[in-house]
Amino acid sequence: MLFAIQSLPFLWHGLLVTLQVSALVVVFSLAGGILLGVGIVYGPRWLYWPIRIYSDFFRGIPLLVLIFFIYYALPLFGINLTSFVSVVVALSAFETAHIIEIVRGALQSIPRGQNEAAKTIGLRFSQRLVYVIAPQAVRRFLPPWINAVVDTVKGSALVSLVGIVDLMLAIQQVIGRTYIPMPLYVLGALMYFVINYSLSSASRRLEARFAYIRE
Amino acid sequence: MASSESVVRIRGVKKSFGANRVLDGVDLDVHKGEVVVVIGPSGSGKTTLLRCINLLETYDEGSIQVDGVEVGFRDGGGGVRKHRHDRELARIRADIGMVFQLFNLFPHLSARENVMLGLQKVRGRSATDAKKIAEQWLSRVGLGDKFDSLPGQLSGGQQQRVGIARAVAMDPKVLLLDEITSALDPELVGEVLTVVQELAKDGMTMIVVTHEMTFARDVSTRIVFMDGGQIQVQGTPREVLTATGHDRLKAFLARIEMKHH
Repeated sequence: MLFAIQSLPFLWHGLLVTLQVSALVVVFSLAGGILLGVGIVYGPRWLYWPIRIYSDFFRGIPLLVLIFFIYYALPLFGINLTSFVSVVVALSAFETAHIIEIVRGALQSIPRGQNEAAKTIGLRFSQRLVYVIAPQAVRRFLPPWINAVVDTVKGSALVSLVGIVDLMLAIQQVIGRTYIPMPLYVLGALMYFVINYSLSSASRRLEARFAYIRE
Repeated sequence: MASSESVVRIRGVKKSFGANRVLDGVDLDVHKGEVVVVIGPSGSGKTTLLRCINLLETYDEGSIQVDGVEVGFRDGGGGVRKHRHDRELARIRADIGMVFQLFNLFPHLSARENVMLGLQKVRGRSATDAKKIAEQWLSRVGLGDKFDSLPGQLSGGQQQRVGIARAVAMDPKVLLLDEITSALDPELVGEVLTVVQELAKDGMTMIVVTHEMTFARDVSTRIVFMDGGQIQVQGTPREVLTATGHDRLKAFLARIEMKHH
């Protein structure tokens, strides 16, 4: 048991890596997903199919395959990424595909008349998006997006498979030294749960804040 | 009135949705201060015509000018017409007000903010100015006590009056009204039409699509009857509503008459 307590700083470091990977992926996939999601809904025709194919492809392959491909196969084409960069790229590409669909759904849930009314008072595209469409779409966007963030945190455990010492691998390494698996796995599960549960409850509070329309 | 005073000048406008031709050569001039009411059976193209004027729909052929500016196209050089960019369209649309059948108020903004948005972001007014103008207009349409209400807290008639305030606050050259009472309960129609009548009295140039014949008669300076994507008859309310010479118009008026009895 003493070993387990001594290993806490090590686990703490693993937790920080998990949070770091997750945070980077959340930021990149949010930026990419919003850009491409707006592109697929409002963009020119030639932009539709590339985004459609990207989204369908990356949602269609297992995340682990994607991580291995970027880490082990890209070097064959002369692209050498560190394991950390590889997993951030792989997870971001994967989550971006999901967020494209969430953005698309949220934007398309806004009645066409909203955009038309915004046009008739002379707002430009970017203004219509910022002042009229986005404030309404965010309500539809938040719940599935928080789910995607939770998925990201959980999915980030896969980075342990390319040797990055995140929370998952830290737990396994401590178990390897102490031979006391159960309490440590429970502790690990608890840490993941605490992160994700606080995200979910934050999401519920946000949803309540944006519920301005009586339905 | 001289044609140079035309606020809206429509010439030979044609438009098809796929194989279906909805506008088949429309000519129409609307002069400053005129209230032109467009009537006709559903599918006659009247709403499409209205939506072409502020380019919510594009038109395939012909010309629509508002205050001398072609709305749908820009000169691409060498006599080639090109579709306008969003930025140019925004500038043109800012001078063309529109009120919708389903109000289309912004549900996340209060009545006051609905009116302020265009004033601030398009007209560049300060928040203080925009607020003052918005409150003036909302008071004029009888909503002096509803500045902070969200659209969801207002009745249909109140929402539509906010819609009118939002459009006229931009000081448009022409106001387009698209069946603005069709979605209202009968007892709420009057309050909206009264507001329109007051605007007409103040000299607002308007093009109105409506099924309210009494309103058409009372408010219009001219009635235009459309059918089959073309203007069939136009004239003063008296001329058109008592028309006996035109069979399709007669049939249309008879159908309307029947509905109201």
